[in-house]
Amino acid sequence: MPPETRPPLMIGNGAGFWGDNLDAPLALVRGAALDVLTLEYLAELTMAILAHLRDQDPRAGFIDDFPNLLARLVPELAVQPALRIVTNAGGLNPIWCARRCGSVLDGLGQGAVALAAATGDDVKSRIPGWLADGVDLAHLETGQPMTAAIAEKLAAANVYLGARSIVRALEDGARIVTTGRVADASLTVGPAVAHFGWSWDDWDRLAAATVAGHLIECGAQVTGGLSHDWASLPDLAGVGYPTVEIHQDGRSIVSKPSGTGGKVDLSTVAEQLLYEIDDPARYRTPDVDADFRGLALEQWGPDRVEVSHAAGRPRPDRLKLSAVYRDGWTASGMLAVVGRDAESKARAAGRIVLERVKRSGHDLAESLVECLGAGDVAPGVLRPASPPFEVVLRVTVRDPNRAAVERFCRELAPLVTAGPPGIAGYAAGRPSPRPAFAYWPALVPRALAEEHVRVETRSAADWAREFERESARPASS
Amino acid sequence: MSTASEVVRLGALARTRSGDKGDRSNIGVVAVDPAAYAWLERHLTEAAVAAFFEPMGVGKVTRYAIPGLWAFNFVIDHALAGGASRSLRIDTQGKALGVVMLELPIPDPHADMSTKEAP
Repeated sequence: MPPETRPPLMIGNGAGFWGDNLDAPLALVRGAALDVLTLEYLAELTMAILAHLRDQDPRAGFIDDFPNLLARLVPELAVQPALRIVTNAGGLNPIWCARRCGSVLDGLGQGAVALAAATGDDVKSRIPGWLADGVDLAHLETGQPMTAAIAEKLAAANVYLGARSIVRALEDGARIVTTGRVADASLTVGPAVAHFGWSWDDWDRLAAATVAGHLIECGAQVTGGLSHDWASLPDLAGVGYPTVEIHQDGRSIVSKPSGTGGKVDLSTVAEQLLYEIDDPARYRTPDVDADFRGLALEQWGPDRVEVSHAAGRPRPDRLKLSAVYRDGWTASGMLAVVGRDAESKARAAGRIVLERVKRSGHDLAESLVECLGAGDVAPGVLRPASPPFEVVLRVTVRDPNRAAVERFCRELAPLVTAGPPGIAGYAAGRPSPRPAFAYWPALVPRALAEEHVRVETRSAADWAREFERESARPASS
Repeated sequence: MSTASEVVRLGALARTRSGDKGDRSNIGVVAVDPAAYAWLERHLTEAAVAAFFEPMGVGKVTRYAIPGLWAFNFVIDHALAGGASRSLRIDTQGKALGVVMLELPIPDPHADMSTKEAP
């Protein structure tokens, strides 16, 4: 039976991380006729920050920029009735994210908008039980088994889910979908599957949408950001965020709104295809194993590049667990060191600081002195042709003991009178100890990982009522 | 006529983009044209990249080819002193490694009569 022909689906991504350009999503929905706006917020360590916020307040732990953005998007949602938003802004708390969004929308007279929260990725509370049941959670890179001691220190543990919850939410009629941790590309795959009705074993098309999602997930990185042609690109300050027009056969066209800065060409697309991938024969998501090796790129005009010939193989039967655990304290301080002997002065100043911490009775577990400007960013690989007249001294430490890190933070300032001459930058103030986190990736059998997956779709008014009711309760989630 | 001992920087033949996955860094290399790709296939080997980054204490280097895009992906183990969460370095995510790699010396393709003109 020939598939029903559906028009292309236009998806734009307005955020590549939490902290990305706040105006980009607005510019994108105003500048392009989007069917779907995606917003990708969750880097690996973002989850640690969200965990910290949720520990302080069980109603927090999602990307709180998103409800505010939603308020700014309301006028656009009103004039673009087909526009939907799919985002992982739910972070560690998609339910409270939906409640807040519902409250915001309801307050702006948009109580009828359907809003979905997709959950089930947060498996932190299940880890001790999994360990007791003998589930193998060995570290993906080191092979070390996860110990109970590490499980106890976990700040967050989430499995990367795929596109299915997003599809269900869209089929439920949700106009706004907030998820927790899903594979970045699944934010694009979900709307494509919902739109075209592809089957879940149509591996080539799932791979094609995965490639499209991979290309736009980092926002401006495919429209001129990080491009080697940066010096000749038009208006990087007004860089356009990417759109991808996905066709029923899996072809997609990467572009950006007209009149915006940056560019989309064969090189920006090729560079971004390679960004943070491993084996290009196996770009692995929960939805599909995508094969990039046969991809073809073609420039169809200014800022329009077609991507075709993605190939897919069946999805993996284990899902990636991304866990972060508390791992002591860290701090970092920087000073400018000037003079013809800048590098040796900087290294001496770094040694003095660390020696003073030691003499105070603290043996720091780890420390690093870097002379930025003297070749230390990729240490030892390249040396400057001539001795730099100024360098930035950066000293960084980590220790399980906060007091040791605190002491380090106090030892930079005394250099102002007791260190070598020609050091500037004390006005920046004393550094502060920050919690350090370590990352624990592992693989979990899919059946276990997906056991608690849920999608809740309600009207904004319903979510708003829930928000009022639950906010009134003392400290409950 | 130049001699075979002359070198150019990788940046004369390719662009790069780098990032992280745990303690690994990946550096995507896109050749400027098919001739440059063919040249790099011979000269931008896993061993050459491992030797270039050796002072950083990197581990195994794996090269994957995507000929249709004139591209390679290099995956470099232990390139990030523990990775984004553990590393004390300023570049915890390997964002700068691609640009550093542009300085990797490659034999000058103009010095080899068997290749077509290169950029």
